[in-house]
Amino acid sequence: MNTGPSETFVRPVEALGRISLDVVESLGRFGLFLGQAAVWTFVPPFKVLQLLQRIHFIGFRSLSVIILTGAFTGMVLGLQVFLTLSRFGSEAFLGPAVALSLIRELGPVLAALMVTGRAGSALTAEIGIMRITEQIDALTVMALNPMRYLIVPVIVAGLITFPLMTAIFDVVGIFGGYLVGVRLLGLSEGTYFGEMQTFVDMADIWVGFWKSLCFGVVVTWVCAYKGYYTGHGAEGVSRATTEAVVLSSVLILVWDYFLGSVLP
Amino acid sequence: MIRVENLHKAFGGQQVLQGLTLEVNTGEIMIVIGRSGGGKSVFLRHLLGLLRPDAGRIWVDGVEITALRGHEMDKVRERYGVVFQGGALFDSLTVFDNVAFPLREKTALAASEIAARVEEKLAQVGLSGAGHKYPDEVSGGMRKRAAIARALVTEPQIVFFDEPTTGLDPVLVNAIHHLILDLHRKFRFTAVMVSHEIPEIFEIAQRVAMLHDGVIVEAGDPQAIQESGNPVVQQFIRGQIEGPIRAI
Repeated sequence: MNTGPSETFVRPVEALGRISLDVVESLGRFGLFLGQAAVWTFVPPFKVLQLLQRIHFIGFRSLSVIILTGAFTGMVLGLQVFLTLSRFGSEAFLGPAVALSLIRELGPVLAALMVTGRAGSALTAEIGIMRITEQIDALTVMALNPMRYLIVPVIVAGLITFPLMTAIFDVVGIFGGYLVGVRLLGLSEGTYFGEMQTFVDMADIWVGFWKSLCFGVVVTWVCAYKGYYTGHGAEGVSRATTEAVVLSSVLILVWDYFLGSVLP
Repeated sequence: MIRVENLHKAFGGQQVLQGLTLEVNTGEIMIVIGRSGGGKSVFLRHLLGLLRPDAGRIWVDGVEITALRGHEMDKVRERYGVVFQGGALFDSLTVFDNVAFPLREKTALAASEIAARVEEKLAQVGLSGAGHKYPDEVSGGMRKRAAIARALVTEPQIVFFDEPTTGLDPVLVNAIHHLILDLHRKFRFTAVMVSHEIPEIFEIAQRVAMLHDGVIVEAGDPQAIQESGNPVVQQFIRGQIEGPIRAI
């Protein structure tokens, strides 16, 4: 069949239009998803048991990976920063350098990435499987709002656990730096912690706190959304899980930059 | 009474329902038959409010549900019980907790009262003693029966069955059908079932409707359907390859 010049021109434009509409629709649905969750957060009855289960799943069960990665991040920082500072004879600033790096940047970002890998992917898979096996439809036809029952506890648990995980990561990381800088490389303990007290302000801790809070929402929002609107079958869940981890990780880094630019 | 008028639904460019019209009388068992992938489950999902039609209207006891959203639709759903194709049991809960779930979430009954009602329902579907097991620890037939117990535990006025016997052996198919019939005699709910278990469904249906090419081509009592002169109906219930229905 011959296609006229007008059709040759129209088809790509039509395809582009369709793609644009799909993107806008997806973004709208993505935004509405969080909006609905925000509204249902304040509508009783509150699902306290589900919230505690999610806090346990996202927070408590991520503790070991947070402690391990926090410790080694601090140790690597302690080693590298010490070697760099020693070139300028400024080893005394090791404590503040490790603490500020962890509290302002590495703590919130790495803790969020670790929790995404451990709990975020599992959340997407769990909600996705509930979708494809009609368990979410079952909730809906029982007149139980799946948003309130499934999604709200996840996002609220993210808001609670991410700052806590970040705090633990920071503390363990600072002691990791202490282990290398003080115990292995010979810096005095008083210098390490004393300079830290001088240079680390409450404002730095607030920066880390706000970042971790934002990451908590972003990660749980993305992971829950991807599971809730998963594709068909096992392949759909697998794709949703991968997309959730990739998108969460990218958004963590992008948000980190923007928050770093905006926050003092 | 459930009344469906001129229901249309398309996915992408594919027209699945093309003017489906059907009435289900209060208290009867209506079974919708038709080919796999012919739109039976899509039709059911419209009745449940899980899908919105492109055109057409649905009334449940005089209330037009196609116009309802959120809380209003939930009020209609509170009268529903649903048995999904795969059971849709919550896999993180035991069979007992699955059946107790709607009572715990939707009623203010005491724990002892809930336990009594759950045990009663489990006994009615022949699952006494299996309440402590998880859905993946029981057989397909037991899962279906647990799903039926969960759907009926709130004593709904309308129960929807989405191919409740698919994938089961003939003995279990008959057992589940007779279970549904017994429970219907006991509780007098309105039942809408989609199925292609021919001829077993003729034993339990009070009326049968044949869905083909997105419309109901024939509806009537089981005898009328079996004696229908419609070649589509005859080809389907006899399972013939030759006829107006394209086999593959």
